[in-house]
Amino acid sequence: MSSVDTPASLAGRSDFLAIARWIRTNSRVLDLGCGDGSLLRYLKEERGVTGYGIEIDDTKLLACVKNGVNVLQNDLESGLSEFESGSFDYVILSQTLQAVRHTERIIRDMLRLGREVIVTFPNFGYWRHRLQVLGGHMPVSGDLPYEWYDTPNIHLFTIRDFEAFCESHQVRILERRIMDGGRTVNFLPNLRGSLAVYRCSSA
Amino acid sequence: MPPEGSVGTVSPKFERFDEPLALKSGARLDAYQLAYETYGSLNADRSNAVLVCHALNASHHVAGVYADDPENIGWWDNLIGPGKPLDTNRFFVIGVNNIGGCHGSTGPASINPATGRQWGADFPVVTVEDWVEAQARLATRLGIQRFAAVMGGSLGAMQALQWSISLPDRIGHAIVIAAAPKLSTQNIAFNEVARQAITTDPDFHGGNFYSHGVVPRRGLRIARMIGHITYLSDDAMAEKFGRELREGVFKFNFDVEFQVESYLRYQADKFAERFDANTYLRITKALDYFDPAAAFGGDLNAALKRAQAGFLVVSFTSDWRFSPARSREIVKALLHNRLQASYAEIDASQGHDAFLMEDPRYHNLIRAYFGRIPL
Repeated sequence: MSSVDTPASLAGRSDFLAIARWIRTNSRVLDLGCGDGSLLRYLKEERGVTGYGIEIDDTKLLACVKNGVNVLQNDLESGLSEFESGSFDYVILSQTLQAVRHTERIIRDMLRLGREVIVTFPNFGYWRHRLQVLGGHMPVSGDLPYEWYDTPNIHLFTIRDFEAFCESHQVRILERRIMDGGRTVNFLPNLRGSLAVYRCSSA
Repeated sequence: MPPEGSVGTVSPKFERFDEPLALKSGARLDAYQLAYETYGSLNADRSNAVLVCHALNASHHVAGVYADDPENIGWWDNLIGPGKPLDTNRFFVIGVNNIGGCHGSTGPASINPATGRQWGADFPVVTVEDWVEAQARLATRLGIQRFAAVMGGSLGAMQALQWSISLPDRIGHAIVIAAAPKLSTQNIAFNEVARQAITTDPDFHGGNFYSHGVVPRRGLRIARMIGHITYLSDDAMAEKFGRELREGVFKFNFDVEFQVESYLRYQADKFAERFDANTYLRITKALDYFDPAAAFGGDLNAALKRAQAGFLVVSFTSDWRFSPARSREIVKALLHNRLQASYAEIDASQGHDAFLMEDPRYHNLIRAYFGRIPL
């Protein structure tokens, strides 16, 4: 694997670099909840990918246009009917699955649109989170940076939960990378990993 | 004084074409004139030209003011000018009055060389495709092989879309605002009411009212009123006028009572003074006929197969005449063809007219998009 430079725009998003390493050059990518488009821009410049981002927020949409990436203003929750089945090599959902209402539908849609899907999420089972719950509080950390009353996250889950979900929903896990503070965690990942990055396909 | 950031004082220019223009209807215009305006300067390699297409009621006077008519500000002056979202310091912007128009390009009120009299009813029905062809000839005349972008709102956006299909190698970007890939049945119905208002006006004289020294004012006024209602949202009208009465109490007669009546009558009067009834008929027909998918068995995907441009598609949430769902139809076909495309749905309350308003979310987006177009 060739080394991937860390551009300033990707700083603080260790999952982006993990994702970028998996994306083949000149592939077609759909990035759901693409934010300011920095991942797509990076993939476009470094991997020659083509594709689109989906973003609901006006300010982030504008940032995408400034970043020179294709972006479509759309609500992930209202479906992705504009897109035809199998029209992408990768469909990416980074740190958003825990914030969507219709979890099963979005995973199903992603698998319909892309040959592979890449999902990243904060691991609720991370030991610091567990300690905070044991201490009587909802967890707050770098990857879960919200208080209970202002969090957009409505479906918190652990690495073990996600893998059980894949098992019961005919999702094949092709590869995973569990991280903490930008470093890969191999030993006791559901305890020691704060961020999970998965590459999956239909089983 | 022109407003700040304005292109300032402008004057229309005219180009005459003697090469016949074969129209989609089968008719032919042997010679014609196009009125246009330009803002900014064409760069050395002629790569910075942007064509701005007008909609139903507008003209080539897109930006700036006239020296002898300083109140007559271009219809998209809030968007186009030095330092504005379409920055004339960087781009060379062209506005063209379409054929069949009534602002200086050859139209129904022009002299028909075959008879020596005004065309009137004999002026052919023109289409969006015909306009695009005529615009392309003007571009060629001005030494512009390829537009950096073609932009329009409403019917103007249909022209931008048609450009991407008819002349894919002559357009870099299509900026398609408040558009639809074709009119809905309801839209055609509204247009028909407007046309009926005009054609049943006793002063219409079958379209040959010029020789009678009259204009079908009543018809034009009603046409404008119904059009205007459809360009606004229910909420925007309620906010602007409510049920406010001019004199505070009911008068139990049919004079102007509600403020909205007063507004509509004022708009109607203004319009009837400056717009040609035959032009109005023809432009509404061009709207009704526009349907690039029709030649491909109704398949918009197939129609856009030839397109190469990058697209920015913008819709407005309260636009019920050309709703966001219609813009999404266009986006869907762009995605099918794997074209470079961005889509924004601006949360605006003003209805279809929102495309002419100065909304920062909308204008910043246009600015950012033009900023990414390399020259």
